[in-house]
Amino acid sequence: MKQKLVLVGNGMAGMRTLEELLAIAPDRYDITVFGAEPHGNYNRILLSPVLAGEKTLEDIMLNGEQWYADNGITLQKGKEVVKIDRCNRKVTASDGTAESYDRLLLATGADPIMIPVPGHDLEGVTTFRKIEDVNAMLEFSRNSRNAVVIGGGLLGLEAAYGLLRQGMYVTVVHLLDTLMERQLDSEAGTMLKRSLEESGIQFLMGAETESFTGKDRVEGVRFKGGLRIAADLVVMAVGIRPNIALAQQAGIYCERGILVNDTMQTYDPRIYAVGECVQHRNQTYGFVAPLFNQASVCANHLAELGYAKFHTTLSSAKLKVTGIDLFSAGDFIGDDTTEEVVMKDVSRGVYKKIVIKDNRIQGAILYGDAADGAWYFELLRDQTDIRDIRATLLVGQSHLGDSGHGGKNLAASMSDDKEVCGCNGVCKGDIVKAITTKGLFTLDEVRSHTKASSSCGSCTGLVEQIMAHTLGGDYSETPKLKPLCKCSDYTHDEIRQVIKVQRLTSYRAVMEYLEYRTLDGCHICRPALNYYVIAAWPGEALDDPQSRYINERVHANIQKDGTFSVIPRIWGGVTTPKELRAIAEAAEKYQVPTVKITGGQRIDLLGVKKEVLPHIWEDLNRAGMVSGFAYGKSLRTVKTCVGQEWCRFGTQDSTSMGVKLEKLTWGSWMPHKFKMAVSGCPRNCAEATVKDFGVVAVESGWELHVGGNAGVKVRPTELLCKVETEQEVVEYCCAFIQLYRENAHYLERTAPWIERVGLFYAKQQIVEDAGNRKALHDRFLDSQKYAQKDPWAERVRGEKDAHEFAPLKQLSSRHV
Amino acid sequence: MSEWFEIGSIGDIPRLSARVVETNQGSIAIFRTWGDEVFALRDRCPHKAGPLSQGIVHGTRVTCPLHNLVMDLTAGKAVAPDEGCVARYPVKVENSRVFLSLECGP
Ligand code: SRM
Ligand SMILES: Cc1cc2nc3c(=O)[nH]c(=O)nc-3n(C[C@H](O)[C@H](O)[C@H](O)COP(=O)(O)OP(=O)(O)OC[C@H]3O[C@@H](n4cnc5c(N)ncnc54)[C@H](O)[C@@H]3O)c2cc1C
Ligand code: SF4
Ligand code: FES
Repeated sequence: MKQKLVLVGNGMAGMRTLEELLAIAPDRYDITVFGAEPHGNYNRILLSPVLAGEKTLEDIMLNGEQWYADNGITLQKGKEVVKIDRCNRKVTASDGTAESYDRLLLATGADPIMIPVPGHDLEGVTTFRKIEDVNAMLEFSRNSRNAVVIGGGLLGLEAAYGLLRQGMYVTVVHLLDTLMERQLDSEAGTMLKRSLEESGIQFLMGAETESFTGKDRVEGVRFKGGLRIAADLVVMAVGIRPNIALAQQAGIYCERGILVNDTMQTYDPRIYAVGECVQHRNQTYGFVAPLFNQASVCANHLAELGYAKFHTTLSSAKLKVTGIDLFSAGDFIGDDTTEEVVMKDVSRGVYKKIVIKDNRIQGAILYGDAADGAWYFELLRDQTDIRDIRATLLVGQSHLGDSGHGGKNLAASMSDDKEVCGCNGVCKGDIVKAITTKGLFTLDEVRSHTKASSSCGSCTGLVEQIMAHTLGGDYSETPKLKPLCKCSDYTHDEIRQVIKVQRLTSYRAVMEYLEYRTLDGCHICRPALNYYVIAAWPGEALDDPQSRYINERVHANIQKDGTFSVIPRIWGGVTTPKELRAIAEAAEKYQVPTVKITGGQRIDLLGVKKEVLPHIWEDLNRAGMVSGFAYGKSLRTVKTCVGQEWCRFGTQDSTSMGVKLEKLTWGSWMPHKFKMAVSGCPRNCAEATVKDFGVVAVESGWELHVGGNAGVKVRPTELLCKVETEQEVVEYCCAFIQLYRENAHYLERTAPWIERVGLFYAKQQIVEDAGNRKALHDRFLDSQKYAQKDPWAERVRGEKDAHEFAPLKQLSSRHV
Repeated sequence: MSEWFEIGSIGDIPRLSARVVETNQGSIAIFRTWGDEVFALRDRCPHKAGPLSQGIVHGTRVTCPLHNLVMDLTAGKAVAPDEGCVARYPVKVENSRVFLSLECGP
């Protein structure tokens, strides 16, 4: 017999728990859901746009009644549970409907606070929590004029904006002098007030409500001090209180909310609780992002997997009022141990404030330009050391070039047929449709349903904007520690650590040690684990070909038609007639359809069939050429300029330096591809300042630049240091590569890596600590002993992976 | 009646990989899982015709090398949220020999 699970509270947190549970353990429970509201589960966040007439109830349904039926769940809608009998494990609703349980989940949400001043029970006085409240407000707005909203917080302002859009005269009454004081300082609050006033909302600040007047219906509001204003509709939006009545009645321990541990269990081990009704480590939450984290932790335990834990999380807030761009997170007030960086431009209506302590962000307010909100939130959440980016911190991340995309309020104004993801041909309309019809909330969900932002990622910002716009401007998901993939809950860093400490030398050993949930991992973790063991234990680790992407498995790039491209190494971009002749002859002999000069100073032979690869390699090998690794997460090219040998401005022999670096570093496997360049003078013809490691020669020596990228997101390098001798260039280069190899996450190029760890860190490890630099350099050279084997030659000789290059069988027409 | 063609030994296909059989119905990918199950699918991804045989095999799934669609080998169907399906062919292993039938499955 299946166990019985009963959910009380048909809202966002409870239903999210069931969805997560069904995804991991679909058959474990017979499920019954009690909901006091007479509907399926809808997206409460979007009540504001419904009020503003921008959406309808249908648009915001997350789980319609059909969904419950399809998943075999009994929905008792419109039934409020009034009793829990813990001895007999039974719940009873007010109409007598009863259900027994093996496990019970409480997700009763929160109740809006109604200040009990005289007249609060008059008709026309309402709160803003449920669809019925919205319907009532819409009804009033049709027949009357004056609306008064009590409370100038997020909810109150969204209500005021909605009612304004419905054509009412709206006055917002606030007890304090600053609007949204829990999210804004007085500076930003004042700016917000000014723009809302411009749109037509009136404010009464510092006013305390004394009573509501009227006979049956409300007619006015009276304040302390005697002021009275007319009102046909009063919306009370002064806050919420966790709904714990039911739990208290059943004797489950509550304080402000229902107390739960890190696994979302209450004091009664059969009873779990999630959502706004919950108090965890003395905190209650009123935004969906942390509640969804609770839901996934709870589902994990209901499914008896038993390893997830809920961590106290930070939330950020935005206001869903069209035309107002606002973001706030963390401690934005600060104290005498913090500093603040502030930017204020009244005529543009922009205000930004970042509170910093020990070079780490504590909180932020952005008003008028919140495009970088998600970025600051990430820096805050990860407690990233920001000393290197302090100077440009307020300018934000969006000042960095971005090929093809950008523009902060693009999402709203885009038409549905406009392409968002250039890689996968996904238009805005596809994304909006997936979000609304499939009830998506997170970037990951949008990625897997639409493929948008799942390839190069350059449209991620835009997709996030569309999500924000569609979901109502506010969903900000970002669990603190991101697992490598869905096969386990471990992060990149945790996995690297375990590999080191436990001396794990194969991907399978890692998966076994960490008790992976899947048998063979997936296409995300396998290549990562394979790299991590190789990087940690050179010469000892087992390199598993089946865990490498096809390009690395067959040492050529797969093309859209399934053929491959071949790029031989051309050291430092310098070639000879003999090499060119060999390339030309190979191209003719194997009828290569396209021969192209690449952007990396070498030659690409495109459209080669897989079976032909060993043959074309053999010919190129014979002319002394080896694989260019144009396919690998490894050293790619070292671009050079002609330098001192020929150029009238050259200060050093940049060409030889490039060749030397390439000879030293080729073959090394890395977290992502790695490109270098050496320029002979600061005119920088080899474009060294957009490379992972760039060298620029000057009269007195060599400048070493790191962390550049000219791809999806253009990022110039930062100066690591200046050195005098060639030997130093070599040592610093090897040390930098090794630091990157040992630290970065798989598929993280040096640019995002340096942004994450800080240039400061790289300087500390490489420039300031000579002993450490030497050790890194030595470790790199040691690993190169095992890496520098031409993979082409090994395969030409038939020593490796012969099965890759021939069909298993030709069933010719004679057979068939 | 279905005719079985012997296409090689199971040892010719490394675990967690695939080999291709060329037929006049086009290329057919023969997959071998960690548990030595063998599956045969038409070697054409429903998305943009990528060669599934070149993908990474995990569990009873393969990830297409071109744009990461995940295909369930047992059903010949893409794993949700991806969509699409591909023809399956009967295969069997007897005494380590692999046999393929060209009678296209449902
Ligand atoms: C062949 C070449 C284009 C050309 O015809 O010139 C090329 C071709 C590809 N590039 Fe590139 N890139 C080529 C130079 C570049 C350059 C210019 C350079 O290296 O000076 C850049 C910008 C510089 C940089 O990387 O910072 C470049 C930035 C990218 C990116 C974006 C990387 C990023 O971090 O933003 C990708 C996508 C990726 O790696 O994930 C990419 C990916 C690709 C792939 C591998 C796409 C793929 O996965 O199939 C293309 C393979 C085609 C093939 O089979 O050959 N290619 N690619 C160039 C090969 C150079 C070589 O000799 O090895
Ligand atoms: C207008 C509005 C705008 C908002 N905007 C945002 C936003 O932009 N971003 C954001 O993150 N959050 C926002 N929120 C907050 C967010 O909606 C809540 O945090 C979230 O809905 C809480 O989820 P929950 O499951 O805990 O509670 P709820 O979603 O309220 O669900 C609780 C459910 O339990 C039912 N229930 C209670 N007691 C019983 C009982 N005894 N028997 C049966 N059923 C019962 C209730 O009727 C209710 O349906 C907004 C809220 C509102 C009202
Ligand atoms: S070669 Fe590079 S820029 Fe050109 S289409 Fe391919 S990935 Fe895009
Ligand atoms: S061709 Fe297979 S995912 Fe695109």
